[in-house]
Amino acid sequence: MKLTLAQVEHIAELAKLSLSDEEKARYQEQLSAILEYAERLQAVDTSAIPPTATVLPLRSVVRADEPRESMSRDDVLANAPQVEAECFRVQAVLD
Amino acid sequence: MAFHDLTIHESLDLMRHGELSSVELTQSVLERILTVDNDIQAYLTLAPEWVLDQARQADERRARGKDAPLLGVPLAIKDVICVEGLSCTCGSRILENFVPPYSATAVERLRAAGCVILGKTNTDEFAMGSSTENSAYFTTHNPWDLSRVPGGSSGGSAAAVAAGMALGALGTDTGGSIRQPASLCGVVGLKASYGRVSRYGLVAFASSLDQIGPLARSVRDVALLLGVIAGHDPRDSTSMPAAVPDYVGGLGSPDGLAGIRVGVPREYFIPGMQPEVAEAVRAAIEVMRGLGAHVREVSLPNTDYGLPVYYLIAPAEASANLARYDGVRYGLRVDGEAMWETYRQTRGAGFGSEVKRRIMLGTYALSAGYYDAYYLKAQQVRTLIKADFDAAFREVDVIACPASPTTAFKIGEKTGDPLQMYLSDVLTLPCNLAGICGISLPCGFDRNGLPIGLQILGPAFGEQTVLRAAHTYEQATEWHTSKPPIPIGGEPDEASLAETEESA
Repeated sequence: MKLTLAQVEHIAELAKLSLSDEEKARYQEQLSAILEYAERLQAVDTSAIPPTATVLPLRSVVRADEPRESMSRDDVLANAPQVEAECFRVQAVLD
Repeated sequence: MAFHDLTIHESLDLMRHGELSSVELTQSVLERILTVDNDIQAYLTLAPEWVLDQARQADERRARGKDAPLLGVPLAIKDVICVEGLSCTCGSRILENFVPPYSATAVERLRAAGCVILGKTNTDEFAMGSSTENSAYFTTHNPWDLSRVPGGSSGGSAAAVAAGMALGALGTDTGGSIRQPASLCGVVGLKASYGRVSRYGLVAFASSLDQIGPLARSVRDVALLLGVIAGHDPRDSTSMPAAVPDYVGGLGSPDGLAGIRVGVPREYFIPGMQPEVAEAVRAAIEVMRGLGAHVREVSLPNTDYGLPVYYLIAPAEASANLARYDGVRYGLRVDGEAMWETYRQTRGAGFGSEVKRRIMLGTYALSAGYYDAYYLKAQQVRTLIKADFDAAFREVDVIACPASPTTAFKIGEKTGDPLQMYLSDVLTLPCNLAGICGISLPCGFDRNGLPIGLQILGPAFGEQTVLRAAHTYEQATEWHTSKPPIPIGGEPDEASLAETEESA
Protein backbone atom coordinates (compact mmCIF):
# COMPACT_ATOMS: atom_id res chain seq x y z
CA MET A 1 0.00 0.00 0.00
CA LYS A 2 2.18 2.81 -1.30
CA LEU A 3 0.98 6.29 -0.44
CA THR A 4 1.47 9.04 -2.98
CA LEU A 5 3.01 12.35 -2.01
CA ALA A 6 -0.36 13.98 -2.61
CA GLN A 7 -1.96 11.62 -0.12
CA VAL A 8 0.72 12.39 2.48
CA GLU A 9 0.12 16.11 1.97
CA HIS A 10 -3.63 15.61 2.26
CA ILE A 11 -3.24 13.72 5.57
CA ALA A 12 -0.85 16.36 6.88
CA GLU A 13 -3.42 19.01 6.02
CA LEU A 14 -6.26 17.14 7.78
CA ALA A 15 -4.03 16.86 10.85
CA LYS A 16 -2.78 20.46 10.52
CA LEU A 17 0.87 19.45 10.55
CA SER A 18 3.42 21.54 8.73
CA LEU A 19 6.04 19.20 7.23
CA SER A 20 9.31 19.82 5.40
CA ASP A 21 9.89 18.14 2.02
CA GLU A 22 12.31 15.75 3.72
CA GLU A 23 9.69 14.85 6.32
CA LYS A 24 7.05 14.28 3.64
CA ALA A 25 9.32 11.87 1.78
CA ARG A 26 10.32 10.06 4.97
CA TYR A 27 6.76 9.69 6.24
CA GLN A 28 5.60 8.59 2.79
CA GLU A 29 7.96 5.64 3.01
CA GLN A 30 7.39 4.82 6.67
CA LEU A 31 3.62 5.14 6.60
CA SER A 32 3.46 3.01 3.45
CA ALA A 33 5.47 0.26 5.15
CA ILE A 34 3.24 0.31 8.25
CA LEU A 35 0.05 0.29 6.19
CA GLU A 36 1.47 -2.53 4.08
CA TYR A 37 1.99 -4.51 7.30
CA ALA A 38 -1.58 -3.70 8.36
CA GLU A 39 -2.93 -5.17 5.12
CA ARG A 40 -2.69 -8.62 6.72
CA LEU A 41 -5.90 -7.81 8.58
CA GLN A 42 -7.77 -8.14 5.29
CA ALA A 43 -7.19 -11.90 5.52
CA VAL A 44 -9.38 -12.13 8.62
CA ASP A 45 -13.05 -12.94 8.09
CA THR A 46 -14.88 -10.32 10.12
CA SER A 47 -18.16 -10.41 8.22
CA ALA A 48 -20.17 -11.39 11.29
CA ILE A 49 -18.00 -9.71 13.91
CA PRO A 50 -19.07 -6.51 15.70
CA PRO A 51 -16.37 -3.87 16.32
CA THR A 52 -15.06 -3.27 19.87
CA ALA A 53 -14.93 0.44 20.54
CA THR A 54 -14.66 -0.09 24.28
CA VAL A 55 -14.22 -3.22 26.39
CA LEU A 56 -16.47 -1.91 29.15
CA PRO A 57 -20.23 -2.46 29.45
CA LEU A 58 -20.70 1.20 30.44
CA ARG A 59 -22.76 3.41 28.14
CA SER A 60 -23.81 7.05 28.37
CA VAL A 61 -22.33 7.71 31.79
CA VAL A 62 -23.71 11.04 33.00
CA ARG A 63 -23.76 13.00 36.22
CA ALA A 64 -26.70 14.71 37.85
CA ASP A 65 -27.50 18.06 36.23
CA GLU A 66 -26.49 20.11 39.26
CA PRO A 67 -24.64 23.38 38.80
CA ARG A 68 -21.28 23.72 40.52
CA GLU A 69 -18.11 25.81 40.55
CA SER A 70 -16.02 25.66 37.43
CA MET A 71 -12.25 26.19 37.32
CA SER A 72 -11.19 29.72 38.22
CA ARG A 73 -10.48 32.07 35.35
CA ASP A 74 -6.92 32.56 36.54
CA ASP A 75 -6.27 28.82 36.42
CA VAL A 76 -7.91 28.51 33.03
CA LEU A 77 -5.75 31.28 31.54
CA ALA A 78 -2.53 30.45 33.40
CA ASN A 79 -1.01 28.36 30.60
CA ALA A 80 -2.34 30.34 27.67
CA PRO A 81 0.27 31.59 25.19
CA GLN A 82 -1.70 34.77 24.46
CA VAL A 83 -4.24 36.38 26.76
CA GLU A 84 -6.22 39.61 26.26
CA ALA A 85 -9.12 41.03 28.23
CA GLU A 86 -9.30 37.86 30.28
CA CYS A 87 -9.80 35.79 27.14
CA PHE A 88 -7.69 33.48 24.98
CA ARG A 89 -6.35 35.65 22.18
CA VAL A 90 -6.78 33.94 18.81
CA GLN A 91 -6.60 34.91 15.18
CA ALA A 92 -9.78 35.42 13.15
CA VAL A 93 -11.73 32.22 12.70
CA LEU A 94 -14.06 33.51 10.00
CA ASP A 95 -13.01 35.60 7.04
CA MET B 1 21.21 -1.42 53.54
CA ALA B 2 20.85 2.08 52.21
CA PHE B 3 17.38 3.49 52.81
CA HIS B 4 16.81 4.10 49.11
CA ASP B 5 17.09 0.34 48.51
CA LEU B 6 14.23 -0.49 50.88
CA THR B 7 10.94 -1.74 49.55
CA ILE B 8 7.87 0.36 50.36
CA HIS B 9 6.74 -2.21 52.93
CA GLU B 10 10.15 -2.35 54.61
CA SER B 11 10.27 1.44 54.84
CA LEU B 12 6.73 1.64 56.28
CA ASP B 13 7.66 -0.97 58.87
CA LEU B 14 10.70 1.03 59.99
CA MET B 15 8.79 4.33 60.01
CA ARG B 16 5.93 2.82 61.98
CA HIS B 17 8.40 1.58 64.59
CA GLY B 18 10.05 4.97 64.83
CA GLU B 19 13.33 3.64 63.41
CA LEU B 20 13.29 5.82 60.33
CA SER B 21 11.80 9.18 59.47
CA SER B 22 10.39 10.18 56.11
CA VAL B 23 12.93 13.01 55.98
CA GLU B 24 15.83 10.54 56.39
CA LEU B 25 14.30 8.20 53.83
CA THR B 26 13.62 10.97 51.35
CA GLN B 27 17.09 12.48 51.89
CA SER B 28 18.61 9.11 51.07
CA VAL B 29 16.61 8.91 47.84
CA LEU B 30 17.48 12.50 46.90
CA GLU B 31 21.19 11.82 47.45
CA ARG B 32 20.86 8.74 45.31
CA ILE B 33 19.27 10.82 42.56
CA LEU B 34 22.09 13.36 42.76
CA THR B 35 24.66 10.57 42.57
CA VAL B 36 23.31 8.51 39.69
CA ASP B 37 20.76 10.49 37.71
CA ASN B 38 23.38 12.36 35.68
CA ASP B 39 24.12 9.00 34.09
CA ILE B 40 20.65 7.46 34.06
CA GLN B 41 18.55 10.58 33.37
CA ALA B 42 15.29 9.18 34.68
CA TYR B 43 13.92 12.51 35.92
CA LEU B 44 12.60 15.42 33.88
CA THR B 45 11.52 17.47 36.89
CA LEU B 46 12.60 17.39 40.51
CA ALA B 47 11.60 19.86 43.20
CA PRO B 48 13.95 19.13 46.12
CA GLU B 49 12.58 21.79 48.50
CA TRP B 50 8.96 20.80 48.00
CA VAL B 51 9.97 17.16 48.38
CA LEU B 52 11.53 17.74 51.80
CA ASP B 53 8.51 19.83 52.88
CA GLN B 54 6.27 16.88 52.05
CA ALA B 55 8.57 14.54 54.00
CA ARG B 56 8.52 16.86 57.03
CA GLN B 57 4.72 17.04 56.88
CA ALA B 58 4.53 13.25 56.70
CA ASP B 59 6.71 12.95 59.82
CA GLU B 60 4.55 15.53 61.63
CA ARG B 61 1.39 13.68 60.63
CA ARG B 62 2.85 10.43 61.95
CA ALA B 63 3.94 12.15 65.18
CA ARG B 64 0.32 13.23 65.70
CA GLY B 65 -0.67 9.57 65.56
CA LYS B 66 -2.17 9.71 62.07
CA ASP B 67 -0.95 6.77 59.98
CA ALA B 68 -1.81 6.32 56.28
CA PRO B 69 -1.13 3.55 53.75
CA LEU B 70 1.85 5.30 52.11
CA LEU B 71 2.78 7.85 54.77
CA GLY B 72 6.22 9.28 54.06
CA VAL B 73 7.04 7.02 51.10
CA PRO B 74 8.88 8.78 48.22
CA LEU B 75 7.38 8.02 44.80
CA ALA B 76 7.96 9.20 41.22
CA ILE B 77 5.27 10.10 38.70
CA LYS B 78 5.52 9.62 34.91
CA ASP B 79 5.41 12.94 33.13
CA VAL B 80 2.11 12.29 31.33
CA ILE B 81 0.23 12.30 34.64
CA CYS B 82 -0.73 15.71 36.06
CA VAL B 83 0.58 16.84 39.43
CA GLU B 84 -0.83 20.27 40.32
CA GLY B 85 1.82 22.97 40.25
CA LEU B 86 4.53 20.75 38.81
CA SER B 87 5.65 20.87 35.18
CA CYS B 88 3.98 18.29 32.91
CA THR B 89 5.75 18.06 29.56
CA CYS B 90 4.59 14.62 28.34
CA GLY B 91 8.15 14.36 27.02
CA SER B 92 7.21 16.92 24.36
CA ARG B 93 8.30 20.42 23.34
CA ILE B 94 4.69 21.32 22.72
CA LEU B 95 4.05 21.24 26.49
CA GLU B 96 7.47 22.44 27.62
CA ASN B 97 6.08 25.15 29.90
CA PHE B 98 2.77 23.58 30.83
CA VAL B 99 1.92 23.50 34.53
CA PRO B 100 -1.33 21.65 35.35
CA PRO B 101 -3.87 23.46 37.55
CA TYR B 102 -5.02 20.15 39.00
CA SER B 103 -3.71 16.72 39.92
CA ALA B 104 -4.78 13.40 38.46
CA THR B 105 -7.14 11.36 40.64
CA ALA B 106 -4.45 8.68 41.00
CA VAL B 107 -2.03 11.33 42.30
CA GLU B 108 -4.64 12.80 44.67
CA ARG B 109 -5.21 9.31 46.09
CA LEU B 110 -1.47 8.75 46.56
CA ARG B 111 -1.16 12.11 48.33
CA ALA B 112 -4.17 11.39 50.53
CA ALA B 113 -2.35 8.18 51.47
CA GLY B 114 0.56 10.35 52.63
CA CYS B 115 3.25 9.75 50.02
CA VAL B 116 6.04 12.12 49.06
CA ILE B 117 6.04 13.02 45.36
CA LEU B 118 9.68 13.21 44.22
CA GLY B 119 9.18 14.52 40.71
CA LYS B 120 8.25 13.66 37.12
CA THR B 121 9.96 10.93 35.17
CA ASN B 122 11.01 10.79 31.55
CA THR B 123 8.74 9.26 28.93
CA ASP B 124 8.52 8.74 25.20
CA GLU B 125 6.67 11.76 23.83
CA PHE B 126 2.95 11.48 24.71
CA ALA B 127 3.71 7.90 25.81
CA MET B 128 4.34 6.84 22.21
CA GLY B 129 7.30 4.52 22.12
CA SER B 130 9.02 1.45 23.53
CA SER B 131 12.40 2.82 24.57
CA THR B 132 12.02 6.37 25.97
CA GLU B 133 14.18 7.47 23.01
CA ASN B 134 11.24 9.48 21.68
CA SER B 135 11.39 11.93 24.57
CA ALA B 136 12.05 15.39 23.15
CA TYR B 137 14.42 16.09 26.03
CA PHE B 138 16.86 13.19 26.41
CA THR B 139 16.97 9.42 26.52
CA THR B 140 16.92 7.56 29.80
CA HIS B 141 19.63 4.93 30.26
CA ASN B 142 19.05 1.44 31.62
CA PRO B 143 20.61 1.19 35.12
CA TRP B 144 21.80 -2.35 34.33
CA ASP B 145 23.78 -1.15 31.29
CA LEU B 146 23.95 2.54 30.50
CA SER B 147 24.44 1.92 26.78
CA ARG B 148 20.98 0.36 26.62
CA VAL B 149 17.42 1.56 26.74
CA PRO B 150 15.23 1.19 29.83
CA GLY B 151 12.28 0.32 27.60
CA GLY B 152 9.28 2.58 27.19
CA SER B 153 7.29 4.53 27.34
CA SER B 154 7.52 4.47 31.17
CA GLY B 155 11.32 4.14 30.96
CA GLY B 156 11.98 6.96 33.41
CA SER B 157 9.74 5.43 36.09
CA ALA B 158 11.18 1.93 35.59
CA ALA B 159 14.78 3.16 35.68
CA ALA B 160 14.12 5.32 38.76
CA VAL B 161 12.70 2.38 40.69
CA ALA B 162 15.43 -0.03 39.53
CA ALA B 163 18.20 2.36 40.55
CA GLY B 164 16.84 3.26 43.98
CA MET B 165 15.79 6.75 42.89
CA ALA B 166 12.21 6.13 44.06
CA LEU B 167 10.62 3.41 46.19
CA GLY B 168 7.83 3.14 43.69
CA ALA B 169 6.39 5.00 40.75
CA LEU B 170 3.36 5.51 38.56
CA GLY B 171 3.61 4.74 34.89
CA THR B 172 1.06 4.32 32.11
CA ASP B 173 0.41 1.40 29.80
CA THR B 174 -1.39 1.70 26.47
CA GLY B 175 0.39 -1.07 24.53
CA GLY B 176 2.84 -2.35 27.12
CA SER B 177 4.45 0.81 28.42
CA ILE B 178 4.59 -0.32 32.06
CA ARG B 179 5.21 -4.04 31.56
CA GLN B 180 7.92 -3.83 28.90
CA PRO B 181 10.14 -1.29 30.75
CA ALA B 182 9.54 -3.19 34.01
CA SER B 183 10.83 -6.30 32.24
CA LEU B 184 13.87 -4.51 30.78
CA CYS B 185 14.75 -2.87 34.10
CA GLY B 186 14.16 -5.83 36.39
CA VAL B 187 11.31 -4.37 38.42
CA VAL B 188 7.64 -5.21 38.94
CA GLY B 189 5.08 -3.33 36.83
CA LEU B 190 1.32 -3.82 36.61
CA LYS B 191 -1.27 -2.73 34.09
CA ALA B 192 -4.65 -3.09 35.76
CA SER B 193 -7.80 -3.86 33.81
CA TYR B 194 -9.19 -1.05 31.70
CA GLY B 195 -11.50 0.96 33.93
CA ARG B 196 -9.81 -0.11 37.19
CA VAL B 197 -7.81 3.10 37.69
CA SER B 198 -9.17 6.54 36.85
CA ARG B 199 -7.73 8.26 33.77
CA TYR B 200 -8.72 11.71 35.07
CA GLY B 201 -5.57 13.82 34.92
CA LEU B 202 -3.76 11.41 32.60
CA VAL B 203 -2.90 13.18 29.38
CA ALA B 204 -4.80 11.08 26.86
CA PHE B 205 -3.03 9.05 24.18
CA ALA B 206 -5.51 6.28 23.25
CA SER B 207 -8.68 6.59 25.29
CA SER B 208 -9.88 2.99 24.98
CA LEU B 209 -6.46 1.56 25.91
CA ASP B 210 -4.67 3.89 28.39
CA GLN B 211 -4.26 2.85 32.04
CA ILE B 212 -2.21 4.30 34.87
CA GLY B 213 -0.37 1.63 36.91
CA PRO B 214 2.27 1.08 39.60
CA LEU B 215 5.93 0.07 39.38
CA ALA B 216 7.94 -1.04 42.41
CA ARG B 217 10.57 -3.55 43.52
CA SER B 218 8.18 -6.16 44.90
CA VAL B 219 4.76 -7.55 44.04
CA ARG B 220 3.56 -6.67 47.54
CA ASP B 221 4.51 -3.03 46.97
CA VAL B 222 2.71 -3.00 43.60
CA ALA B 223 -0.37 -4.50 45.25
CA LEU B 224 -0.30 -1.75 47.88
CA LEU B 225 0.02 1.03 45.30
CA LEU B 226 -2.78 -0.46 43.21
CA GLY B 227 -5.09 -0.60 46.22
CA VAL B 228 -4.53 3.11 46.81
CA ILE B 229 -5.11 4.34 43.24
CA ALA B 230 -7.81 1.90 42.07
CA GLY B 231 -11.52 2.51 42.30
CA HIS B 232 -14.41 4.31 40.68
CA ASP B 233 -14.01 7.99 39.89
CA PRO B 234 -17.07 10.02 38.87
CA ARG B 235 -14.73 12.35 36.97
CA ASP B 236 -13.79 9.54 34.55
CA SER B 237 -16.73 8.17 32.62
CA THR B 238 -14.68 5.09 31.68
CA SER B 239 -14.03 4.25 35.31
CA MET B 240 -15.79 1.06 36.44
CA PRO B 241 -17.94 1.19 39.57
CA ALA B 242 -16.37 -2.02 40.91
CA ALA B 243 -15.25 -2.59 44.49
CA VAL B 244 -11.52 -2.59 45.25
CA PRO B 245 -10.47 -5.79 47.04
CA ASP B 246 -7.67 -5.96 49.62
CA TYR B 247 -4.91 -6.73 47.13
CA VAL B 248 -2.16 -6.99 49.75
CA GLY B 249 -4.24 -9.12 52.11
CA GLY B 250 -5.04 -11.57 49.34
CA LEU B 251 -1.44 -12.19 48.28
CA GLY B 252 -0.33 -15.10 50.39
CA SER B 253 -1.63 -18.60 50.54
CA PRO B 254 -0.35 -21.54 52.58
CA ASP B 255 -1.05 -23.75 49.56
CA GLY B 256 1.32 -21.95 47.19
CA LEU B 257 -0.19 -22.10 43.73
CA ALA B 258 -2.22 -25.27 44.33
CA GLY B 259 -5.41 -25.11 42.37
CA ILE B 260 -4.27 -22.29 40.09
CA ARG B 261 -4.50 -23.16 36.40
CA VAL B 262 -1.74 -21.51 34.36
CA GLY B 263 -2.05 -21.29 30.60
CA VAL B 264 1.03 -21.03 28.38
CA PRO B 265 0.13 -19.50 25.00
CA ARG B 266 2.09 -21.14 22.20
CA GLU B 267 1.82 -18.01 20.05
CA TYR B 268 3.82 -15.98 22.59
CA PHE B 269 7.04 -17.99 22.11
CA ILE B 270 7.77 -16.44 18.76
CA PRO B 271 10.50 -17.52 16.38
CA GLY B 272 13.22 -14.90 16.47
CA MET B 273 12.75 -14.07 20.13
CA GLN B 274 15.91 -14.11 22.25
CA PRO B 275 16.42 -17.79 23.27
CA GLU B 276 17.50 -16.87 26.82
CA VAL B 277 14.20 -15.04 27.32
CA ALA B 278 12.18 -18.07 26.25
CA GLU B 279 14.31 -20.32 28.48
CA ALA B 280 14.02 -18.11 31.56
CA VAL B 281 10.25 -17.78 31.18
CA ARG B 282 9.78 -21.51 30.65
CA ALA B 283 11.93 -22.15 33.73
CA ALA B 284 9.74 -19.72 35.70
CA ILE B 285 6.64 -21.60 34.57
CA GLU B 286 8.25 -24.82 35.84
CA VAL B 287 8.78 -23.12 39.20
CA MET B 288 5.07 -22.30 39.20
CA ARG B 289 4.30 -25.94 38.46
CA GLY B 290 6.53 -26.91 41.38
CA LEU B 291 4.49 -24.60 43.60
CA GLY B 292 1.37 -26.57 42.75
CA ALA B 293 0.03 -24.83 39.64
CA HIS B 294 -1.67 -26.87 36.91
CA VAL B 295 0.18 -25.82 33.78
CA ARG B 296 -1.21 -26.40 30.29
CA GLU B 297 -0.73 -25.02 26.85
CA VAL B 298 -3.39 -22.70 25.49
CA SER B 299 -3.85 -21.04 22.14
CA LEU B 300 -4.59 -17.39 21.41
CA PRO B 301 -4.95 -17.79 17.64
CA ASN B 302 -5.36 -14.11 16.73
CA THR B 303 -2.18 -12.99 18.53
CA ASP B 304 -0.38 -12.20 15.27
CA TYR B 305 -2.99 -9.60 14.40
CA GLY B 306 -2.42 -7.68 17.64
CA LEU B 307 0.29 -5.46 16.24
CA PRO B 308 -1.53 -4.24 13.11
CA VAL B 309 -4.76 -3.85 15.08
CA TYR B 310 -3.00 -1.77 17.73
CA TYR B 311 -1.14 0.36 15.20
CA LEU B 312 -4.41 1.36 13.61
CA ILE B 313 -6.56 1.86 16.72
CA ALA B 314 -4.04 3.59 18.98
CA PRO B 315 -2.89 6.14 16.38
CA ALA B 316 -6.52 6.76 15.35
CA GLU B 317 -7.46 7.57 18.94
CA ALA B 318 -4.26 9.58 19.36
CA SER B 319 -5.00 11.68 16.28
CA ALA B 320 -8.23 12.75 17.97
CA ASN B 321 -6.69 13.24 21.42
CA LEU B 322 -3.78 15.32 20.15
CA ALA B 323 -5.97 17.65 18.09
CA ARG B 324 -6.22 19.88 21.16
CA TYR B 325 -2.59 21.01 20.87
CA ASP B 326 -3.12 24.07 18.75
CA GLY B 327 -1.40 26.79 20.77
CA VAL B 328 -4.67 28.37 21.96
CA ARG B 329 -5.28 27.34 25.55
CA TYR B 330 -1.88 25.96 26.54
CA GLY B 331 1.44 24.88 25.19
CA LEU B 332 3.73 26.07 22.45
CA ARG B 333 2.43 28.58 19.94
CA VAL B 334 4.19 29.39 16.68
CA ASP B 335 2.39 32.21 14.91
CA GLY B 336 1.43 31.92 11.27
CA GLU B 337 -0.29 34.50 9.09
CA ALA B 338 -3.73 33.22 9.98
CA MET B 339 -5.39 30.67 12.26
CA TRP B 340 -4.86 27.48 10.28
CA GLU B 341 -1.25 28.34 9.52
CA THR B 342 -0.66 28.95 13.23
CA TYR B 343 -2.00 25.48 13.94
CA ARG B 344 0.19 23.91 11.24
CA GLN B 345 3.34 25.70 12.39
CA THR B 346 2.69 25.09 16.09
CA ARG B 347 2.07 21.39 15.64
CA GLY B 348 4.82 20.94 13.07
CA ALA B 349 7.35 22.51 15.41
CA GLY B 350 6.04 21.14 18.70
CA PHE B 351 5.58 17.45 17.91
CA GLY B 352 8.42 14.97 17.40
CA SER B 353 8.58 12.54 14.50
CA GLU B 354 7.04 9.48 16.18
CA VAL B 355 4.07 11.56 17.32
CA LYS B 356 3.63 13.04 13.84
CA ARG B 357 3.91 9.58 12.32
CA ARG B 358 1.15 8.22 14.56
CA ILE B 359 -1.10 11.23 14.12
CA MET B 360 -0.84 10.80 10.37
CA LEU B 361 -1.43 7.06 10.53
CA GLY B 362 -4.48 7.61 12.67
CA THR B 363 -5.81 10.44 10.54
CA TYR B 364 -5.52 8.26 7.44
CA ALA B 365 -7.19 5.26 9.12
CA LEU B 366 -10.16 7.43 10.10
CA SER B 367 -10.46 9.43 6.90
CA ALA B 368 -13.30 9.20 4.41
CA GLY B 369 -12.88 6.23 2.12
CA TYR B 370 -10.45 4.43 4.43
CA TYR B 371 -12.36 4.21 7.73
CA ASP B 372 -14.02 0.87 6.90
CA ALA B 373 -10.92 -0.84 5.56
CA TYR B 374 -8.66 0.25 8.41
CA TYR B 375 -10.21 1.53 11.62
CA LEU B 376 -13.45 -0.45 11.52
CA LYS B 377 -11.64 -3.60 10.40
CA ALA B 378 -9.15 -3.22 13.25
CA GLN B 379 -11.98 -2.84 15.79
CA GLN B 380 -13.57 -6.01 14.45
CA VAL B 381 -10.34 -8.00 14.74
CA ARG B 382 -10.00 -6.51 18.22
CA THR B 383 -13.24 -8.32 19.12
CA LEU B 384 -11.61 -11.59 18.03
CA ILE B 385 -8.47 -10.90 20.10
CA LYS B 386 -10.61 -10.25 23.16
CA ALA B 387 -12.64 -13.39 22.45
CA ASP B 388 -9.39 -15.45 22.42
CA PHE B 389 -8.68 -14.32 25.99
CA ASP B 390 -12.28 -14.87 27.11
CA ALA B 391 -12.10 -18.44 25.81
CA ALA B 392 -8.69 -19.08 27.40
CA PHE B 393 -9.83 -17.78 30.78
CA ARG B 394 -12.66 -20.31 30.79
CA GLU B 395 -9.92 -22.99 30.85
CA VAL B 396 -7.20 -21.32 32.95
CA ASP B 397 -6.98 -18.73 35.73
CA VAL B 398 -3.89 -16.89 34.50
CA ILE B 399 -1.67 -16.86 31.44
CA ALA B 400 2.14 -16.93 31.79
CA CYS B 401 4.41 -15.73 29.02
CA PRO B 402 7.34 -13.42 28.28
CA ALA B 403 6.82 -9.65 28.54
CA SER B 404 9.32 -8.72 25.83
CA PRO B 405 10.87 -10.73 22.98
CA THR B 406 14.31 -9.46 23.99
CA THR B 407 16.21 -8.00 26.91
CA ALA B 408 17.21 -4.32 26.79
CA PHE B 409 18.51 -3.32 23.36
CA LYS B 410 21.19 -0.74 22.64
CA ILE B 411 20.28 2.94 22.47
CA GLY B 412 19.86 3.78 18.78
CA GLU B 413 19.50 0.15 17.71
CA LYS B 414 15.86 0.31 16.68
CA THR B 415 15.31 4.00 16.00
CA GLY B 416 15.94 3.70 12.25
CA ASP B 417 12.90 1.56 11.51
CA PRO B 418 9.57 2.32 13.24
CA LEU B 419 8.20 -1.18 12.59
CA GLN B 420 11.22 -2.77 14.31
CA MET B 421 10.51 -0.69 17.38
CA TYR B 422 6.79 -1.56 17.27
CA LEU B 423 7.69 -5.27 17.36
CA SER B 424 9.00 -4.82 20.94
CA ASP B 425 5.41 -4.69 22.09
CA VAL B 426 3.92 -7.75 20.34
CA LEU B 427 3.63 -9.62 23.64
CA THR B 428 2.06 -6.78 25.59
CA LEU B 429 -0.36 -5.14 23.12
CA PRO B 430 -3.09 -7.82 23.07
CA CYS B 431 -3.70 -7.34 26.80
CA ASN B 432 -4.54 -3.66 26.23
CA LEU B 433 -6.77 -4.42 23.26
CA ALA B 434 -8.74 -6.90 25.36
CA GLY B 435 -8.80 -4.62 28.41
CA ILE B 436 -7.52 -7.38 30.71
CA CYS B 437 -4.83 -7.05 33.39
CA GLY B 438 -1.16 -8.03 33.33
CA ILE B 439 1.99 -7.84 35.41
CA SER B 440 5.68 -8.20 34.62
CA LEU B 441 8.16 -9.31 37.27
CA PRO B 442 11.81 -10.41 37.26
CA CYS B 443 12.51 -14.05 36.38
CA GLY B 444 16.16 -14.10 35.42
CA PHE B 445 19.03 -12.50 33.54
CA ASP B 446 20.67 -13.06 30.17
CA ARG B 447 24.40 -13.69 29.67
CA ASN B 448 25.01 -9.93 29.66
CA GLY B 449 23.36 -9.57 33.06
CA LEU B 450 20.26 -7.93 31.60
CA PRO B 451 16.90 -8.57 33.30
CA ILE B 452 14.23 -10.86 31.88
CA GLY B 453 10.57 -10.38 32.79
CA LEU B 454 7.83 -12.95 33.34
CA GLN B 455 4.42 -11.66 32.29
CA ILE B 456 1.28 -12.94 34.01
CA LEU B 457 -2.05 -11.99 32.45
CA GLY B 458 -5.42 -12.30 34.10
CA PRO B 459 -9.05 -11.72 33.15
CA ALA B 460 -10.64 -8.29 33.47
CA PHE B 461 -10.83 -7.33 37.17
CA GLY B 462 -8.82 -10.44 38.03
CA GLU B 463 -5.89 -8.51 39.54
CA GLN B 464 -6.21 -10.43 42.80
CA THR B 465 -5.35 -13.75 41.13
CA VAL B 466 -2.56 -12.26 39.02
CA LEU B 467 -0.97 -10.62 42.07
CA ARG B 468 -1.24 -13.80 44.12
CA ALA B 469 0.39 -15.89 41.38
CA ALA B 470 3.12 -13.29 40.89
CA HIS B 471 3.81 -12.91 44.61
CA THR B 472 3.99 -16.66 45.20
CA TYR B 473 6.46 -17.08 42.32
CA GLU B 474 8.49 -14.07 43.43
CA GLN B 475 8.82 -15.30 47.01
CA ALA B 476 10.01 -18.70 45.82
CA THR B 477 12.89 -17.14 43.88
CA GLU B 478 15.72 -14.64 44.39
CA TRP B 479 15.51 -12.58 41.20
CA HIS B 480 13.81 -9.63 42.83
CA THR B 481 16.67 -9.14 45.30
CA SER B 482 19.23 -8.31 42.61
CA LYS B 483 20.18 -4.70 42.10
CA PRO B 484 21.90 -3.03 39.18
CA PRO B 485 25.70 -2.74 39.62
CA ILE B 486 25.86 0.91 40.72
CA PRO B 487 27.19 3.37 42.03
CA ILE B 488 27.96 4.78 38.65
CA GLY B 489 29.10 8.28 37.95
CA GLY B 490 31.14 8.54 41.14
CA GLU B 491 30.56 11.29 43.69
CA PRO B 492 27.26 13.09 44.21
CA ASP B 493 27.02 16.62 42.86
CA GLU B 494 28.42 18.54 45.88
CA ALA B 495 26.67 21.86 45.27
CA SER B 496 23.22 20.35 44.94
CA LEU B 497 23.77 18.13 47.99
CA ALA B 498 24.67 21.16 50.11
CA GLU B 499 21.47 22.91 48.97
CA THR B 500 19.47 19.87 49.99
CA GLU B 501 21.08 19.67 53.41
CA GLU B 502 20.44 23.35 54.10
CA SER B 503 16.74 23.04 53.46
CA ALA B 504 16.42 19.91 55.61
